[in-house]
Amino acid sequence: MQYLFLIYGDETAQYTPEQERQTGEAHGAYWQMLHDHGVVRGGERLHASGTATLLRRPADGGDDRLVTDGPFTETKEQLGGFYLLECSDLDKALEYARQLPVGPGGAVEVRPVNPFMSVDEQG
Amino acid sequence: MVTRGGQRTDPVAVGAALDSAHRSDWGRLLALLTRQLHSLDMAEEALQDAFTLAVTAWQRSGLPAQPAAWLLTTARNRAVERLRRDRVLRSKLPLLLHLGMEPGPEEGPEMSTIPDLRLRLLFTCCHPALAIESRVALTLRCVGGLTTAEISRAFLVSEPTMAARITRAKKKIAAAGIPYREPSDAELPDRLGGVLAVLYLVFNEGYSASTGDVAIRRDLCEEAIRLARVLVALAPDEPEALGLLALLLLQHARRDARFDGAGRLVLLPDQDRTRWERGAIVEAVALLGRAASHARLGGYQLQAAIAARHATTDRAEDTDWRGIAALYAGLEALTSSPIVTLNRAVAVAEYEGPAAGLSIVEGLAADLPSYHLLHSTRADLLRRLGRDAEAAAAYRTALALARSPADRDLLLRRLAEIGA
Repeated sequence: MQYLFLIYGDETAQYTPEQERQTGEAHGAYWQMLHDHGVVRGGERLHASGTATLLRRPADGGDDRLVTDGPFTETKEQLGGFYLLECSDLDKALEYARQLPVGPGGAVEVRPVNPFMSVDEQG
Repeated sequence: MVTRGGQRTDPVAVGAALDSAHRSDWGRLLALLTRQLHSLDMAEEALQDAFTLAVTAWQRSGLPAQPAAWLLTTARNRAVERLRRDRVLRSKLPLLLHLGMEPGPEEGPEMSTIPDLRLRLLFTCCHPALAIESRVALTLRCVGGLTTAEISRAFLVSEPTMAARITRAKKKIAAAGIPYREPSDAELPDRLGGVLAVLYLVFNEGYSASTGDVAIRRDLCEEAIRLARVLVALAPDEPEALGLLALLLLQHARRDARFDGAGRLVLLPDQDRTRWERGAIVEAVALLGRAASHARLGGYQLQAAIAARHATTDRAEDTDWRGIAALYAGLEALTSSPIVTLNRAVAVAEYEGPAAGLSIVEGLAADLPSYHLLHSTRADLLRRLGRDAEAAAAYRTALALARSPADRDLLLRRLAEIGA
């Protein structure tokens, strides 16, 4: 099964260059470990939510897309990055999620990928 | 076909046989079918079908010699038929081939040869990724074999609400890939704690008896004990599992003495100790001895040790409060729970006097401001110190916070006793 790890944190928190460097190194080591275990399928760090652009289709079913500045929700805790992993089950995924470096108060949401629409099973 | 009689069987006898099979074999059959079908949902549906089919089949042809084996084989065959019919589940065809159709139900295996996988089922149902109410409901439904109607009555929610809760949980198990296996040795301490917590919650739901049908609540206590027995049988070397079973047995042993003829709550010192169930107490003490031999102390063992001190003391005035306070201190070190400290204060008050107990209780006021037992304990101690006006005020605070009728009734009686 595939699991998406969504990393949430307070993006208003200020970090020193030293802390930034340590975070980067921690993620580098984490990525390397996932890679060595052959479980990682992808993962990126995202720019702050202020750089997000939202497109919304009207609720009445119209086909326009209203384009606005900003993320889906305006909260302090924002999506800051993600990993995509291939794991046998949730316990295995949680084992990796537990090792993911997050800042104080940060959180990782583990979401199973719904495989029903994958290409080889359609039609 | 091996049957008793071979003619039409009385529907009442069939009903009784099915109830008994449901009670004793549901969890074990479901656990096995879940492994074979790789789906808890499918397994449950198939087993439900088998129980439904049994009603007419057993009335027509008599009770099978091995009811559990009959149910297992029938459930398996039903699952295979369903899979064949279900186009969407084509992807499961290889599984189907592997499973195959079984010979007629009457030739099924003996129950003793059917592997017992209930522990797996228990760990799946108690997975921390499920909401705690879902864990409790799923455990009672899947491992305990209670019907959704029974569970909803016990927890005072409507049947559709409970059914939706169980369905949601099963959906999450399937979608999120919650595994169906026993945890590894490294995971076990963590995960076992979760299972024990669920069983304890089930028991307390019945024990606290704050609302709802008394008979159903007693069933809930007995169900928790039954599941704890299953856990102990399947994991005999886990001292905390032994400790939990001992604790539940000790608390349940007092059930008949906890309420007087008028249904009012009777506290420990005032209980008629001859009404405590001796057999259960003896069994619990032996379980604690077994647990202690592993030399891995834990919270349930300590709580059970405290309950055992009370249970093995014939007269309330002979209670070893010093020993009990020491056990609470051990529990306090383990849990850092202010509720444990409150209990220690009660024990300390018994051998060092109410003032010593009160000084511990006063220190907890900030931690447990809205816990009615903090205020009622404080009130009891103040009353014993002759500070009736302060006691009355504390009883009234407790009364405003207490929810169960039995607790409220007791507090009103205390208030009357000090003439307030």
